[in-house]
Amino acid sequence: MKITDDSPPTLSALDRPNSYIGRSVPRPNLARLTRGRAQFVSDVTLPRMAHVAFVRSPHAHARITAIATAAAKTSPGVIAVVTGAELAKVITPWVGVLTHLKGIKSAPQHAIAVERACWQGEAVCAVVARTRAEAEDGCELVDVGYEELPAVTDAETALDAGTPVIHPELGDNLTFERVLVAGDPDQGFKDADAVVETTFVFGRHTGVTNEARAIVADWNSGDERLTVYQGTQAPHMMQNLFAKHLGLEEHQVRVLTKDVGGSFGIKVHTYADEMATVALSKLLKRPIKFVADRIESFVTDIHARDHRVKAKIGVKSDGSITAWEIDDLTGIGPYSVYPRTSGIEANQIVNLTGGPYTCPNYRARARVVFQNKNVMCQYRAVGHPIATAVTEGLVELAAAQIGMDPLEIRRRNLIPDDAHPSSGPSGIKFEALSHHESLAHLDAMMNYAGLRAEQKRLRAQGIYRGIGFASFVEVTNPSAAFYGIGGAKISAQDGVTIRLDAQGAIICQTGVTEQGQGAEAVIAQVAASSFGVPIERVRIITGDTDNTPYGGGTWASRAAGIGGEAAWQAGKALRANVLACAASILQAKPENLDIRNGAIVDSGTGTERLPLHELARIAYFRPDTLPPGFQAELMATRHYVPRAWPFAFTNGIQASYLEVDTESGFVTLLKHWCVEDCGTVINPQLVDEQIRGGVVQGLGGALFEHCIYDERGQLTNGNMADYLVPMAAEMPDIEIGHVVTPTADSELGAKGAGEAGTAGAPGAVMNAINDALRPLGAKPLTDMPFTPGRILQALDRV
Amino acid sequence: MNARVHDITMTVNGEETRATVDARKTLVDFLRDDAALTGSHIGCEHGVCGACSVRVDGAVVRGCLMLAVQCDGARVETIEGVAETDEITDLQEAFIARNALQCGYCTPGMLLTAQELLAAGGVPSREQIRVHLSGNYCRCTGYQAIVDAVEAVAQARHSSRETR
Repeated sequence: MKITDDSPPTLSALDRPNSYIGRSVPRPNLARLTRGRAQFVSDVTLPRMAHVAFVRSPHAHARITAIATAAAKTSPGVIAVVTGAELAKVITPWVGVLTHLKGIKSAPQHAIAVERACWQGEAVCAVVARTRAEAEDGCELVDVGYEELPAVTDAETALDAGTPVIHPELGDNLTFERVLVAGDPDQGFKDADAVVETTFVFGRHTGVTNEARAIVADWNSGDERLTVYQGTQAPHMMQNLFAKHLGLEEHQVRVLTKDVGGSFGIKVHTYADEMATVALSKLLKRPIKFVADRIESFVTDIHARDHRVKAKIGVKSDGSITAWEIDDLTGIGPYSVYPRTSGIEANQIVNLTGGPYTCPNYRARARVVFQNKNVMCQYRAVGHPIATAVTEGLVELAAAQIGMDPLEIRRRNLIPDDAHPSSGPSGIKFEALSHHESLAHLDAMMNYAGLRAEQKRLRAQGIYRGIGFASFVEVTNPSAAFYGIGGAKISAQDGVTIRLDAQGAIICQTGVTEQGQGAEAVIAQVAASSFGVPIERVRIITGDTDNTPYGGGTWASRAAGIGGEAAWQAGKALRANVLACAASILQAKPENLDIRNGAIVDSGTGTERLPLHELARIAYFRPDTLPPGFQAELMATRHYVPRAWPFAFTNGIQASYLEVDTESGFVTLLKHWCVEDCGTVINPQLVDEQIRGGVVQGLGGALFEHCIYDERGQLTNGNMADYLVPMAAEMPDIEIGHVVTPTADSELGAKGAGEAGTAGAPGAVMNAINDALRPLGAKPLTDMPFTPGRILQALDRV
Repeated sequence: MNARVHDITMTVNGEETRATVDARKTLVDFLRDDAALTGSHIGCEHGVCGACSVRVDGAVVRGCLMLAVQCDGARVETIEGVAETDEITDLQEAFIARNALQCGYCTPGMLLTAQELLAAGGVPSREQIRVHLSGNYCRCTGYQAIVDAVEAVAQARHSSRETR
């Protein structure tokens, strides 16, 4: 293990000549974005394209008694008005369950509601017109009769006998429940000198991608083929689902994804209005475009978090943790989202709570219930911000209770760096982690002792600053254990195909996708290094199910670790093929040759023997000059999926330094630190920027973001003026450090880094606020977001 | 419903453009749908996120809060036009070098807004840069890389003025 800040790690096996691994190479695809020349799906226009807008339910729960469409059908520009019942003849409904989440249940969900709307914002009728504006005019003229039904909005009472059951055929409002007991929690709490018990609440929030969800579906009845331009993280998954529910074969569906204006897990799910758009294209036999407007985004993009966790920790006076207990409750809307289900976040909270620590005594229960609000599903760092805030909140409250420094209690309980392989309290398996080295690095990087001295000095002047920490583990590089074993057709493996073009450049086709993380840069760096060309001689093709190997896409921090390894192996395979060809041309032994910087060289001396463009010229245009029987194979494909471990867990620790204005309740974020261990760092700049962006997304959840529903299931702040997101002026500078513990599951050794920031930031901020207010005797704040009002309440000022 | 249409003429990126537009059509919809300039993006549609920022008669405005008819006779510049001049080449290069964009959807608006600050001269503090950009939403970067890029360009432009 080795600490690095901005310098690349030393990599023996990967350290080929002109290696790009560990270098902050600029991303190859940025210039078009800075020049307004990108192509987002919302930019796509096709001949004969029409636009769809949806009439959406104003009620959280209502029976649809009638839909009068005649007036809308004669509105200028309107091409068709289609109800749920009419569209159901073209597209079948779906049920979001997975077999490995034992007992999870849900009801069939339609592309457009049939008979009943189950949340405010569910589409009940589609209007297709020449322009979006004309489609919206048509929507105004659709007269829908509703009979309001009782709305189930409070998760706490969703399972009560007196609460109506949203889907009577399911028997109750319980989507999923998991109970886990590990070690001996009862004995653990008996052995404790102090027990801290509290309830953590996490507000509902959502992704607010800057580009809304967008899709253009083009059914060509001549080709009998559907081409879908979609801002998605998982093109092959969507190809499978479109085919399945439209009654097509997968080869009849092509999904194209070019530029995507932000995803964060929002764009990896099946959305009813997007399914309706592809079905409308099939029905009307022309291209149909749907782009959600901002209000539609707020009421239909998946929401996340919204958990209430009762939690308990036992600790001895020497700081050793003796037991954990959590009881999680979450309301996920009226349907479990397809195909990943809405049970995963709660399941992750059970898996991850207590994860960084040695104490094995653990009791957990998680219940997931239906309610009449927008659906919830997986969003960046699924479950991690909750499990981390609960764990780290408990640890710091326990430390305060026994009068121990918050870093010291962690030193005494974090899994030792030399104890791996190891397990977390829930049984999750860790190949190798570096909690203690990360903590030591953070301690030095932030000058912890100095900050404590400053904090003390300022308190004497009535200035209340706080320091809070969050150690964490992060799930990355998921194997088939995440979804495949539960029956979802979501690929855990990914492939890369590399071919040599006729001028000696390489073309890489990859199943992982780009939504801004830098996947294209990482694949290019790895392929250039593995094969042996300058990075300028690499072109990446991604986001096209017709032209990339079958793969999962980009989610769960998998693109670099899984797609990167496939690129590494494909580059090696193509190098071997090219060297075989070079050897036959040069009458040399392949093992005495190498490819470096775009040329075949003598591997011992590095002397150039043949430029790649000359090899390509001979192989493609004068193969008659090659020895009889020799066939050059200048295209190679390799696939990779993690097999040794279900997930490549990463680890790290964050710290927040902030000031609370005890008069106004406002929090000023002064500085934030994160030390993270994602294994081999392929591109230090991209890793750091993933972490910074992730931290800020976590800070939003801690301080601002909240989908506020009233008791009738109406979202009351569904616009960007009322739903607050982090903006530049409120955000701190964020310092990043690294510890490098490669995974031995791949040659590259890279783990993921996309979610670490979001995982730890809310817990660190919560602990810092409570640290700031502790001398004032404030009640610990455990209810996110920490608004000024809540802070003043904790101080008994309102 | 669409009877309220108007004939307008505006200069878009230096080209005279004549069109008949609905009174209700926003400037950014006109630029994207009628002028086929898709570099200006639509984010929140109510003036909060800054993705649709364009310049009208030299001032940065929200394309979703102005109607196309209001721009009759105006000089409109979008990212496509500004990118063809040399005006922000250094800023674009700094954004790329610093990875100050991830998905890139906010970038055209962010560049035009940052250039507005830089064109005022001097070397703004990081705090001033953050405040100036506080009406432009970026979900990806966490803003620090953007602040770094703008700060670097401010310093470079300042020192090149000093040495002139």
